[in-house]
Parts: sequence; structure tokens; C-alpha cells
Amino acid sequence: MPSTLETAKNPQQLERIVIEPLTRVEGHGKVTLLQDANHNIRQARLHITEFRGFEKFIQGRPYWELPVLVQRLCGICPVSHHLAAAKATDMIVGASELTPTAEKIRRLMHFGQTLQSHALHFFHLCSPDLLFGFDDDVRHRNIVGVIEDSPEIAKQGVLLRKYGQEVIRVTSGKRIHGTGAIPGGINKSLSTSEIHYLQKDIAQIIGWAQEAVELVKKIFFEHYDYHLAFASIDSNMMSVVGADGAFELYDGGLRARDYQGKPIFDHIDYRNYNDYIRESVKNWSYMKFPFITSIGQENGWYRVGPLARVNNCDFFPTPLAETQRKEFMAIGDGLPVQSTLAFHWARLIELLHCTEAIAELLCDSDLIGKDLRNKGELQCCGTGVIEAPRGTLFHHYEIDDQGIVEKASLIVSTTNNNQAMNESIRKVANQYLDGNQLSEALLNQVEVAIRAYDPCLSCATHAIGKMPMEINLLNDQNELIDRLEKRVTGQINRTF
Amino acid sequence: MTDPQACAPKLIFTWGNPSRGDDALGPAMFDLLENHKLKTSKLDEVDLLTDFQLQIEHAVDLEHRECVLFVDAGVSCSAPFEVRRLEAERDDSFTTHAMSPAAVLAVYRQISQHEPPPAYLLTIRAYAFGLGRAMSEPAKENLQKAYKFIIKQGSGIETL
Repeated sequence: MPSTLETAKNPQQLERIVIEPLTRVEGHGKVTLLQDANHNIRQARLHITEFRGFEKFIQGRPYWELPVLVQRLCGICPVSHHLAAAKATDMIVGASELTPTAEKIRRLMHFGQTLQSHALHFFHLCSPDLLFGFDDDVRHRNIVGVIEDSPEIAKQGVLLRKYGQEVIRVTSGKRIHGTGAIPGGINKSLSTSEIHYLQKDIAQIIGWAQEAVELVKKIFFEHYDYHLAFASIDSNMMSVVGADGAFELYDGGLRARDYQGKPIFDHIDYRNYNDYIRESVKNWSYMKFPFITSIGQENGWYRVGPLARVNNCDFFPTPLAETQRKEFMAIGDGLPVQSTLAFHWARLIELLHCTEAIAELLCDSDLIGKDLRNKGELQCCGTGVIEAPRGTLFHHYEIDDQGIVEKASLIVSTTNNNQAMNESIRKVANQYLDGNQLSEALLNQVEVAIRAYDPCLSCATHAIGKMPMEINLLNDQNELIDRLEKRVTGQINRTF
Repeated sequence: MTDPQACAPKLIFTWGNPSRGDDALGPAMFDLLENHKLKTSKLDEVDLLTDFQLQIEHAVDLEHRECVLFVDAGVSCSAPFEVRRLEAERDDSFTTHAMSPAAVLAVYRQISQHEPPPAYLLTIRAYAFGLGRAMSEPAKENLQKAYKFIIKQGSGIETL
């Protein structure tokens, strides 16, 4: 597991390739590849150059505002932050457990969030790569290309995403900035008409989810060896699981397994996560590098998200997803599936599970219950952990006696995958960028590896007209020797 | 999924993050217009929507509309604001988590198999986007001018 490529021995004698920013990745990242005189990749790093400032944004705010406030951290996954903060504030208000109505409505909201996030990623961001191949024209390899070639698939993607958004709207009360979850419970339950509204389309939604899983399997098996090997790395994996080992997104204990699937820890109370996970800092990235303490910094990095969750759980509690999980695990032949592109397959199994779970919950009479909130004695700190679409998300807060946040600590999903993304880049770079001239197809291989993790590198700033991609090739003297520039129109020019 | 009976013929769609400095211009415009709509009847034929950013599902919000006005913050336009007609266009925003309004129109055209409604983009000049930062004073001034412009149009946004 340790990499020899992160820090080369004599970087000043190497050639530097810079790729920035990444397309189809939220926020701006930069990839630097260092080549030696023989065009071998000696160093590979995914730099995160934007300081996010989340903790500072939160400090000084009253704890009861947190579930609403933190939605503004990220325009991509506001519901994940909303629910993680709500769980942390449950602890602060002394609500050791939620009412059945509150817990089920939060779960419903979370299934909606995961459904819409996974639908966007598969149908919009990654399916063009998978459907058309990595060497296809980049102008074709986007959602419009998908729509032109497979209009029904594309339409299903839009409507799956829309359905997930509707679940969020109904459960949180608003399209965005909802106040659905509050410290100790929820703000509102569902009406019968709201339930009927969501039930109306759910059978169709489940059907489309099943078709999506079959599609990703077909794609995976069409080039089985390639998909299995691409950016494949042996990693530890961490996720939340239920008390019975069931797949879980909302609540449970922490489970970590090593690259062979052997347990590292299991059913850990997430409130004690600091005893099991630490973060290291590197001077070339603002994003920290978490690792499992008992294994250490060098080998203790891990993966989170769909691949880790499907590998780690013992079963899915819904039948269609469980059938798909068994088929997925069979390709590992008793070992965890480590293929980075298998993230996409795992993601769609989760999507299918979300649709089944939504259908089940919509038949539960607790959704219209009136017992919405619990509370107890005020506590000085709270920790909330959920499985966000991209992986395990930690929120920890400490408050003063006025209820004002003194300290906030967040480990977001993408940070958990930080080292793993670097490792995947190195694998791809070593395999494909072997010193040949820069080409769009080769560079896209690196992007495909990163996109598999669906990273969310920053928040919702989105000034129009700021999305070019620039690729610089520098020699060992830091002199520019080649440059590719992708403009906002999609046109690619060699500008050196 | 969109009920035609529940849709006003015109739509004003704003977007942005209220906690990212001038990125709040879109949602701030939404608040101003919503308030105006509550107090008067001048925007009766207009639905107001807001979100963090544009995405593929917003193509569904364009169904059954006669006209759409998108409102956003931008750093590359002149102060106080600019308005331009939009055409459906497959630009590179398709490859990101946030799409351009022209790209949303293109998705609409592809999934519905007919042309999107006439659409305009009003871009309010913005200056800074830091997390937790308040909206800048010049941006606030630009917001007010853009708001007055929209109010002056009333429900006649198709005449932009």
C-alpha cells in the first residue's frame, strides 16, 4: 500500500505536468505529474488549492442554527451537512434517541439526497466516459452526447434526480435551505397528500433504478479486465454499518476492514471517532489526509463511499439491492472489490436500495405522526456522523454556556478519500502517462480515475465563465515546454 | 412530473449561495421579488424559484412556460447588470456539477424534443465570493438597480 511516487527523491531533476482545473469535479483541483528524463512518472499529487474555511464560518454561531447554516457549506450536498449537523445537535440538546416519526422522516430525506446525488453522478458526470469510452471526443462525451445517443437513458437520469429532489423538498419543507431537521427531531411530519404525491411515481423510479444497475453491469462486463484493473488500488475501507451488519446510510457504528477484508475495527461508537482516526497535513495541499490511527500514517489511509459501503456491509435490507450486492461481491472472489471503476457499479446498487427504501418508508404510518421532537439536558459537545453520498461525513461541535459554537471540526467525505485519490492517480499515471506527448485522451484517464470518487472539492461559488482547463508541461528547471488549454466552449488549443 | 395547472406562464429563476459574498445576489433578488409579489399583484403571472446552482433537473422547471428569466451573479459583465437573450447551447458546463442556463435549455430541448421557451439571462455584476462574507456594497447597489429594472418590466419579462 505505501506509494513510492508521492515524493520523488530528486524532484528538481524531473519534468512537471500540471492539469487544472478538473472538469466534472466540483471545485478546482490541480494534478501535478513529475517525469524524469526517461519519461517515467516519479511523482503524482492531487493539489487542493482552495482553503475552504468551514470551521471558521461556523464558529461563533449558536448551535440551534447549525442544521440550517451548514447547508450553505456546499451546494452539492447540503442535505448531508444538514443531517450530520442535526445529529450533532441532537447530542447537544440531550436527545439520546429520536421519535420514530423524526427518525423516519430524516431517513427518507437522506434516501432522497443519496438518490439524486447518485443519479446526477452516473447519468450526467460519469456515464459518458463509460458509455463512449475514454478516447471519445470530449464534445460528445457529455450528457448531451448521452441524450443524443440514448435519449431514454438521459431522460431517466433527469427524472430520477428530480424525484430525489422532490423527496428532499417534501421532507424539508423547502426546495433549498429547508428546516426539516432541527436539534432533537424534525420541524414537520408529512401529510397524507404529500405521501401520495411521492408514491405516485415510485414504482417507475424503482424500475429505472433497476435498469440503471443492469446498464452499469453491462458496461463493466463488456471490458471486464480493463474496468477491473483501471486505477485499481489495494486499500482499507471504512463505513457506517447497522448493528446487525446491514448496509446503513443514516446511523450505525463505524467499521473498517483492510485490503483483504479483515477487520480493523467494528461497530465503533462514532462519537469516539477521534480515538480511531487522525488527520495529517502535507505542505502541498489544503486538504488533510486522514488515516486509521492503529495502522499509522503510511498505510492507514482508506476509502469511503459507495465502494467501501457495499464491500463492508454484510447485507442490504432491501431485496433487489441485496441480489445485486451478491453479484457485485462475487467478482472479488472472497476479497473486497478494489477496482476504482467499481465505484460506479456500487453507486447504482445504492441508488436502487434508496428507491426500495423510499417505497417502504412511504407505507409507514409514522411519517404522519405528530411526536416530532425529544430533548434532555444540554450537553457541551455533539458529534454527528452519516454516510453522505460520497462517503462518511463527520461533524463535531463544542459550545460554550451560552450555546455558541466555540469549536467545529468537520471531516468531509472527499477528505476521507484524499490519499486514495492520490493513489489512484499514481496508478493511472504510471500505467498510461509514460512519457508520450500530452494528449487529451491520456489526461482524461487521470480525470476518469478522480471522477470515480465523485469528489466535492469546494462549495457553491460558480461565477459564470470560469471553467477552463489548462495543462502545463514544465521541465526540471520549471520552464514551460508545452501547454494545452481547454476553453469554456470546449475547444482545446495547444497554446505553447 | 410538472403539473401544468400549477405553473405560472412565466418563470424567474435565481441561483447562488447566500453565504458566499456576492454569490448571494441571485437569492437576494429572489427574496426581493417574493416580497414584492406578496405585496402587489404585479407578478401574478410569474413563478419564482431559487436554488444553489443550476442542474439538469431544472430543465423540468421550464415545462409549460411561455418565458423564463434567469438571474445570477457574474464577474465578467458590466455594472450594474447586463441582460441578454439565451439560446440553448451545449457548452462545457455540462461537465461540471453546476450548469449554465444555456446548457439547461439544451437539456430541456433534448429531453422534451421541442424548443425551450424564450429565455433571458440577467447577470448582476459581482465582486467577491468568500465563504461567510457579506455581500459587497457595490454588489448591493447593483442588486437594487437590477430589482427596479425587473419590477419595471412587471409580468412583461418576455419584452426584455
